[in-house]
Amino acid sequence: MKAFLTRRKSLLVAASAALALSLSACGGSSTTSNPPVAEKPSFAADSTMAKLSSAGKIVIGTKFDQPLFGQKGLDGKPVGFDVEMGKLIAAKLGIPADKIEWVETVSANREQFIKQGKVDMIVATYTINDKRKTEVDFAGPYYEAGQALMVNKDNSSITKPEDVKGKNVCSVTGSTPAETIVEKYGAILVPAATYSACLEPLRNKQVEAITTDNVILAGFVAKEPDAFKLASDETFTKEPYGIGLKKDDTEFRMWINDQLEAFDEDGSYKKAWEDTAGEVIKTAPALPAIDRY
Amino acid sequence: MDVIIENLPAYVDGFLRTLFLSVVSGIFALIFGTLLAAARVSPIAALRGFSMTYVEIVRNTPLTIAFFFAAVVLPRLGVTFQQFEVAAIIALSAYTSAFIAEAVRSGVNSVPVGQAEAARSIGMKFSQVLSLIILPQALRTVIPPMINILIALVKNSSVAGAFYVLELFGTGRQLANANGDAVLWVLVGVAFFYLLITVPLGYFANLVERKVAIAR
Amino acid sequence: MSSVLYDVPGPKARRVSLIGSIVGVVAIAGLLWWAISILAQQGIFEPERWAVFQIPDVWVLIGNGILATLTAAAVAAVIAFPLGLVLCLMRISDVAWIRIPTRIVLEFLRGMPVVLMMFFVLLVFATGSFVAVVAGLVLYNSAIFAEIIRAGIQSLPKGQREAGLAIGLTSFASRRSIELPQAIRRMLPSLVAQLVVLLKDTSLGYIVSYEELLRKVQIMADFLGPDYLFPVFFVAAAIYIAINFSVSRLAIWIEKRGSKKAAGGVVHVPVAGIPAK
Repeated sequence: MKAFLTRRKSLLVAASAALALSLSACGGSSTTSNPPVAEKPSFAADSTMAKLSSAGKIVIGTKFDQPLFGQKGLDGKPVGFDVEMGKLIAAKLGIPADKIEWVETVSANREQFIKQGKVDMIVATYTINDKRKTEVDFAGPYYEAGQALMVNKDNSSITKPEDVKGKNVCSVTGSTPAETIVEKYGAILVPAATYSACLEPLRNKQVEAITTDNVILAGFVAKEPDAFKLASDETFTKEPYGIGLKKDDTEFRMWINDQLEAFDEDGSYKKAWEDTAGEVIKTAPALPAIDRY
Repeated sequence: MDVIIENLPAYVDGFLRTLFLSVVSGIFALIFGTLLAAARVSPIAALRGFSMTYVEIVRNTPLTIAFFFAAVVLPRLGVTFQQFEVAAIIALSAYTSAFIAEAVRSGVNSVPVGQAEAARSIGMKFSQVLSLIILPQALRTVIPPMINILIALVKNSSVAGAFYVLELFGTGRQLANANGDAVLWVLVGVAFFYLLITVPLGYFANLVERKVAIAR
Repeated sequence: MSSVLYDVPGPKARRVSLIGSIVGVVAIAGLLWWAISILAQQGIFEPERWAVFQIPDVWVLIGNGILATLTAAAVAAVIAFPLGLVLCLMRISDVAWIRIPTRIVLEFLRGMPVVLMMFFVLLVFATGSFVAVVAGLVLYNSAIFAEIIRAGIQSLPKGQREAGLAIGLTSFASRRSIELPQAIRRMLPSLVAQLVVLLKDTSLGYIVSYEELLRKVQIMADFLGPDYLFPVFFVAAAIYIAINFSVSRLAIWIEKRGSKKAAGGVVHVPVAGIPAK
């Protein structure tokens, strides 16, 4: 009887330990920061900054299923590097973290959400490109990712994107990496609802690889280092992540650009990284050169 | 509008895969569903029980769960397929067969009892009564609802787009991402191709209902 | 019906039936055993895997998922039913320019996958995913409700309408106060059955990232890691089946009760789309 009880107890401990582990792997929701909030910042009247600041709240779009960048935790709050960036900017507007309304934006609806004013800004692994620039504006980039391939640990036949020609590669339906791997490298696309839904087919060897931005894949590898690995450390595209904003609000865009550089100088950029994605990708990135177009 | 014409090959590709999924799953579902219905009225209690349980469970399970089972759980059991279409076909035909079974059963019940009694009185066995007398008559009343089930099947195949098969809906999502400025037209194109299958089938159902099914 | 298909089984037939039953039960049990043993090999039944259910947050999340599923279904049903009623009246209107366009719209709505409608609303109108799910469900189900009610009206004896018109009611008044109440009562089982379909369709929210039960489970499994995918998935599937099963039972209960109360009993008219998911 006693043995039984001890066993029960150890199970519970094991479960909570496993949970704690996955919590930290996902960017430590329990230790999310609350950046110091600016006291009564002053802005030019009628600027977007002044409006948001006096409203005291902001709506930010992010992803809810992107490990390390924006992923919803068990408590319902998103955590990740994108989320930290959003909090830092909100703090500079005098808005505390609990006054931010997080809205899930998926790859396919981000432009529409900005254009229709559903969100004030989007920080959602949002790659800057010319086509999107015709519809929305981008501050940043604040991070430069790149597309990569993830394979099973024992797979040594795939090391570069050319190796997946004619093979099954899993990615999310309607995502840019999915388009690239098909159009440029001739892979056969196996579409899934989320990136995590790709893991099972890879494990079962029904697909040869999963492709998306390296940082996302790194999150999966970190969780299961015995099962998966990156096909190569090299990336084959450049994905500069920007902060999506309403078109032609140059004042707001330039202000955010200034803040990003300030975060870099005062170390909060590095800290945001270390608290989230840095748990997996040890080398902290340098802030890419801001594109002040 | 241009976006549809430019991407016509992708649309056609997705359309053909949707058609393929629907036709193959439809055939399996018809066969399996009819067998289930026959089991439901058979003298063997275990068959009746199995058929009833199967239909009850499947009808109350969301299709997404069925897909999840076929595409994710089955591989875990060691049943892996190189083609993801197989998982989609398993999910769709397993799901649809429950509805076919119910339609066939209500068709069987619509055949007047006298038909069965007459057949029995001339000495036919259960299998003969069912296959020679009841089912041929039942199928006539069953055709319109059956076609409606098949229409639903075509539409249901869109769920495969989220489970590793690049069919019409998945193609639409892919195109919507690539053409963020013309999402409306991309989706209108997808809708057009679905209606290309479902509307004629619907008309066919109406026609049959009026012409053939008024057997009584 | 089935009672007349074969004789009351004699001793030989009973033996055959018994043997058949045993073989069937053994076969099914064997299949289950095979599945369970493979799952067990992979450690699915290790108590550690199921210990997640001792964490209160997991249940909060599942509860929220159920709530989101039921909310979407309830809101959609409450909007879709009156809308279906209106569409039905327009569909059988005496005025051609109302009737014919309505018919085209209904054909269109019935011919489209629900998930495509949800996706359309999500992208083109850039609504949140909740609105997209509800709108998709409303569009599709109001069309089906309209068809069900229309079938109910057509199943009424012609004399009902003729009597209404004869006592000087307008066409609309006859529909409203004579035909509709009878039609709705007659079609109640079909209408409730369609509610099950609607409820099941909320799970399509998974695809347009509405956080209903299935999506919540996926998020939870992503967060907890692959070991927990199966426990949380099985629990979610069981919850879904339990909810839908209860509503189905309700439909059957109404049917039994209704067949006693409704004039002429409840009827089953094959209506396009009823068997849809």
